[in-house]
Amino acid sequence: MKIVGKKTRRVDGLSLAKGKAVFADDMPKKDYLYAKILHSPIAHGKIVSIDKSKALALDGIEIILTHEDFTPHYFTTAGQGYPEPSPRDTSMFNKTMRFVGDRVAVVAGESLEVVEEALALIDVEYEELPTIFDMGDSIDNDTVIHPGKDGFSFLHDASRNIAANISEELGDVQKGFNDSDYVFEGTYFTPYAQQCSIEPHITLTWLDENDRLIIRTATQVPYHVRRVVAEILDIPVGKIRVIKPRIGGGFGGKQEILNEEVCSAVTLNTGKPCRLEYTREEEFYAARSRHPQKVTYKIGLNKDLMMQSIDMEILQNCGGYGPHALTVMSVSASKTLALYRAPNVRIQANAVYTNLPPAGAYRGYGAPQGYFALESLMDEIAEQLNVDPIELRKKNYFREGEDVSIAKVLGEGREGFPVILQSNGIDACIDRGRELIDWDTLKNEKKSGIFRRGVGMATVAQASGIAGIDMGSVFIKMNEDGSFNLNMGATDLGTGSDTALAQIAAEVLDVPVDKMIVISSDTDTTPFDTGAYASSTTYVTGAAVKKAAEDVLSQILEQGKKLLEVDEATIENNQVVSTDGQSISYQDICTKSFYTDHQTQIQAVASKVSYDSPPPYNATFADVIVDTETGFVKVNKIVSITDSGQIINPQMSEGQAEGAIPQSLGMTLTEHMIFDDKGRPINTDFENYHIYTSIDMPEIIAEFVHTDEPTGPYGAKAVAEIPINGPAPAVANAIYNACGVRIRECPITPEKVLNGINQLPIK
Amino acid sequence: MIQFQLNGKQVSANVRPGTTLLDFLRDKGYFSVKYGSDKGETGADTILVDGNMMNASLMLIHTVSGKNIETVESFAHGQDVHPLQDSFIEEGAIQCGYCTPGMVLAIESLAREKDNPNESDVKDVLAGVYCRCTGYVKPVKAAMNYLATGEPK
Repeated sequence: MKIVGKKTRRVDGLSLAKGKAVFADDMPKKDYLYAKILHSPIAHGKIVSIDKSKALALDGIEIILTHEDFTPHYFTTAGQGYPEPSPRDTSMFNKTMRFVGDRVAVVAGESLEVVEEALALIDVEYEELPTIFDMGDSIDNDTVIHPGKDGFSFLHDASRNIAANISEELGDVQKGFNDSDYVFEGTYFTPYAQQCSIEPHITLTWLDENDRLIIRTATQVPYHVRRVVAEILDIPVGKIRVIKPRIGGGFGGKQEILNEEVCSAVTLNTGKPCRLEYTREEEFYAARSRHPQKVTYKIGLNKDLMMQSIDMEILQNCGGYGPHALTVMSVSASKTLALYRAPNVRIQANAVYTNLPPAGAYRGYGAPQGYFALESLMDEIAEQLNVDPIELRKKNYFREGEDVSIAKVLGEGREGFPVILQSNGIDACIDRGRELIDWDTLKNEKKSGIFRRGVGMATVAQASGIAGIDMGSVFIKMNEDGSFNLNMGATDLGTGSDTALAQIAAEVLDVPVDKMIVISSDTDTTPFDTGAYASSTTYVTGAAVKKAAEDVLSQILEQGKKLLEVDEATIENNQVVSTDGQSISYQDICTKSFYTDHQTQIQAVASKVSYDSPPPYNATFADVIVDTETGFVKVNKIVSITDSGQIINPQMSEGQAEGAIPQSLGMTLTEHMIFDDKGRPINTDFENYHIYTSIDMPEIIAEFVHTDEPTGPYGAKAVAEIPINGPAPAVANAIYNACGVRIRECPITPEKVLNGINQLPIK
Repeated sequence: MIQFQLNGKQVSANVRPGTTLLDFLRDKGYFSVKYGSDKGETGADTILVDGNMMNASLMLIHTVSGKNIETVESFAHGQDVHPLQDSFIEEGAIQCGYCTPGMVLAIESLAREKDNPNESDVKDVLAGVYCRCTGYVKPVKAAMNYLATGEPK
């Protein structure tokens, strides 16, 4: 291959490096209305009355919209395929407030200053209701957070506060435990953590010259935005155009219809362009985050260390509303239970409502929560049985040719599709990581003194798109200079998918990448794509690109043969070459096809939906130092080795891992959204919510091992999410190796470590 | 009326007191300077003021009278690209790119201020520019390559 697997400069690199006007907000804003949301100051209560007269009387205030202005229409803010497998439990403006930050009103005016002044002048009278903040108290509480919504689409049991439920069993788990020689159990907790894309949510809306609604927005899901806004505002899809320009990071946070419908409502009601941007503070409490989960794993094994039964129980806090409530839990289960083979497997999971902010999609989508539990417990089992944790794992992996049975029962809100593993590079990942971290030396060296060094590891899987649901489509046309337009709905959220997909097309068409002109994510000019989530773009849309490019290539060949008047020819170096030695260049083929001979536009469309979703695999190793006097954990080094099949762009793939690791280390050690006893967020800035900065970073080694996935484009599997799953359990395991303290709750703060050290029988 | 140098040109601003430099610059089309937070932690609003890294969102316009302001818009003209920007592209140091202009300015300020800066110096200045995509691995490498040679490797 000439291009796939090789370093390629990003197609958008130059404009981004130069700071060109490529992001949603980078537009002149003459005549724009500035909009801001009035958020609920209380965690649970009913709006009794809203008096907006004083606010409306301010000079420069254009409109204020509240629940009184709309007939209630229930939807989910989750940007998912239709019908969305999330409870339809929210409306644009609710009459009941269910968390501090819930929407009361939108105010739009000619400047941010006057809008902020107006927000303070809206008089809202609330009737407060009892609150639930602890997810353990939610089920069957006297307080019902969504009363009267039983029967709402995908809402499991409103009267019991259960947004979503999963109960599945394969085999007989109890019998498996009875037959096991050993049974181990552990419960683990992961907190609310924020995606923290540096660009906040930002939406601009206006009416074009034909009075169509244009939505320019920082989203991962432009087609879902179009569908959901059309539904909420009751206008035809064809009256809306959604444009996703470059976006400043998403990580799942922008897989949400968060403010697009509100901004659109202002524009439709006033006829004026409108801008709605979240502040950093709003990002923390009024956007989305990672679902907190309490995960209990129970594993039964025989003396030969082969697993007999796995029982997984999840309690998930979905906050005041349930976007992604079912599917995040489903992924916690399906991605972890797809790693190890056991004849008996059970999953029981509940997502419950509380009066805290609704969580949503965040890179890994439930898998990081599940893997923190599973891979911590695996080390605890190895410790108690006094066996090598790597050997214990290696005995139990699903192997190539095996049927990952859990995939079939845990689809996305409906039955899934079977997965027969065709590529699994986990052993090579482990072997390489073990060498790079110096595992055998560091693991076994004697731990003593104040600063104790330890190593830990974890192995993880993910998936490549959602089988049978994710669909990508592509349009390629040829130009007379031998360049090609590549138009696709796929959404590059900074991941580099525009470049990777251009590489796939260029490889097929036998042209340099700079011959590909990429336009993506515009609902008027690019064909449908479900969007950028579930690590789907390279695998699913990449296959569509390959298909369309192959079609174009065969048209070029056919057209070339007609123009050369020959029956047999091949393509070599941008030319069609006949067996008798004649040749015609791509440029000449296209020019003649446009203007003189056998006139036609060489072009193709292709769609791809995959019923396979092959798991990528990863082994993550951590090297840490624990200060036993303060409990402070310093991470020296993380080694992350991934099997993503054939890598399309090695440099960008490394970058995915290098970026995912500090996100996970944040959740593991420093990041935690904290609320006071009224449910008010406490740490809504980066002074108090600490994400990893350049000076916090450990040494990172991110590498890939090669496998060839027969179902993927050029053998590719997914890259983007999997590296975020491993660091949390690897660090927890390394801390145990260093100082003998097992922490089962993230973030692993110095207090928790010190507390653990103080409880050790021998320090 | 406030006068200052902006990317080598003398400008006069007649704006309301209380306007931040971030709002002024974006209003004038200098979109490389971005909002990331209200307290300057993210450094998406990084500019150079008399060669020093500053947060445009924390500066009121009247405080820059007579000063020399630089944004990334001054770094590359037409098709030319500054070697530091080229190093970022070459090393794969750009993912979403939202923080890239701030990082470029931070590293350039270091390059001007210190002879032979080392990796730890680079990490120190980048601590003022948050990135959630790259883990800083490739940006640090891009900076080191530029600082070592003035050219991307």
